[in-house]
Amino acid sequence: MRTDELVRLLARDLAVRDASINAGVARSLPWAMVVTGLVFVLTLGLRADIADRPVMAVVAMKLVVTCSLAATSLFLALRLARSMDFGPRPGVWLAVAPLLLTVLVGGELAHAGIAGWSDRMVGANGWFCLGAVPLLSLPPLAALFRVLRSGAVTRPMLAGFVAGLAATGIGASIYALHCTDDSPLFLALWYGIAALIVSAGGAIAGRALLRW
Amino acid sequence: MRAALAGDETVYRALLSDLAGALRVRITATLRRFGGRSADAEDIVQETLLAVHLKRQHWDSERPFGPWVNAIARYKMIDAMRRHGYGAPVDIDDLADIMPDPAGPSEDRGDAERLLRRLDPRAQRIVRAVAIEERTAAEVGAELDMTEGAVRVALHRALKALAVLYRKDEP
Repeated sequence: MRTDELVRLLARDLAVRDASINAGVARSLPWAMVVTGLVFVLTLGLRADIADRPVMAVVAMKLVVTCSLAATSLFLALRLARSMDFGPRPGVWLAVAPLLLTVLVGGELAHAGIAGWSDRMVGANGWFCLGAVPLLSLPPLAALFRVLRSGAVTRPMLAGFVAGLAATGIGASIYALHCTDDSPLFLALWYGIAALIVSAGGAIAGRALLRW
Repeated sequence: MRAALAGDETVYRALLSDLAGALRVRITATLRRFGGRSADAEDIVQETLLAVHLKRQHWDSERPFGPWVNAIARYKMIDAMRRHGYGAPVDIDDLADIMPDPAGPSEDRGDAERLLRRLDPRAQRIVRAVAIEERTAAEVGAELDMTEGAVRVALHRALKALAVLYRKDEP
């Protein structure tokens, strides 16, 4: 086929369009969250004291961190898939969740004191959290990969990494409804490691799956 | 490109033709610089055009079109060089200052022809009828006993399949 023939062919195909990236996310991410939610309800379940007012406040605080991680990295992943780069100021977006967490850690240290910080950081369920968060993150990660594959990702490892962060944000948001370790120090250590595990996996998978 | 995305086929075709000329100059020069065969250039031009076409709705129309196309061309060139075993880094500057190649498109039917033969017979027939015989979807539909819409969808699938074949193709 000569190039001018290809051009004619492509022009004829102009009217047929695939779904946009945003439409793809809107379609597949909710399903992934339903799957994650089902797994959560069937295996972990809400913590027993979730209806207590002080507990609600603490859970809300955790959700602020995890949801902001999900939102900012999802935003960056979609920018990568559309425009092939991060666009302006990716560092600012990536820094939002860690900064929020730092503020909360500072708040806790000021409020509860330095004494015993390492116990609070290690917590009681650290290793369990390290298994549960990545597992809960898998469905959203799969959904994001599905969408990113249809996009135009020129940096597959980076896109996989950021998708991993977004998926961790979602998985950790749901896990946070179960976990009774409430210190921001615990979040920083264990959720942080979980995020690194998932996003490293995302980067490796991205190398293989997001090329086009 | 904005007009083309709004559905103007004539504008889109002219744009792709211009793009093909600019890409040909750039890609030939880059291949030469890194010791590639310039015969491969047209294949990379076609693969890039196909990618631009299939990814077009992911281009953010708020942002300039040139760098977006450049990113695709660069990506496809690195990919092709890796497949062909050159292993050299590629640096593509702005396409904006590039004039179309006065020599015009080569007659080389290249990779696309070979890959086309790996599609199923009906898809091949549709692609050839539209691309080479300049027939409309409605005419092809009448020949193959398909609706016009079904021909359009089949054509679109064939293009996607071609893009995948390009990527997996080893020389």
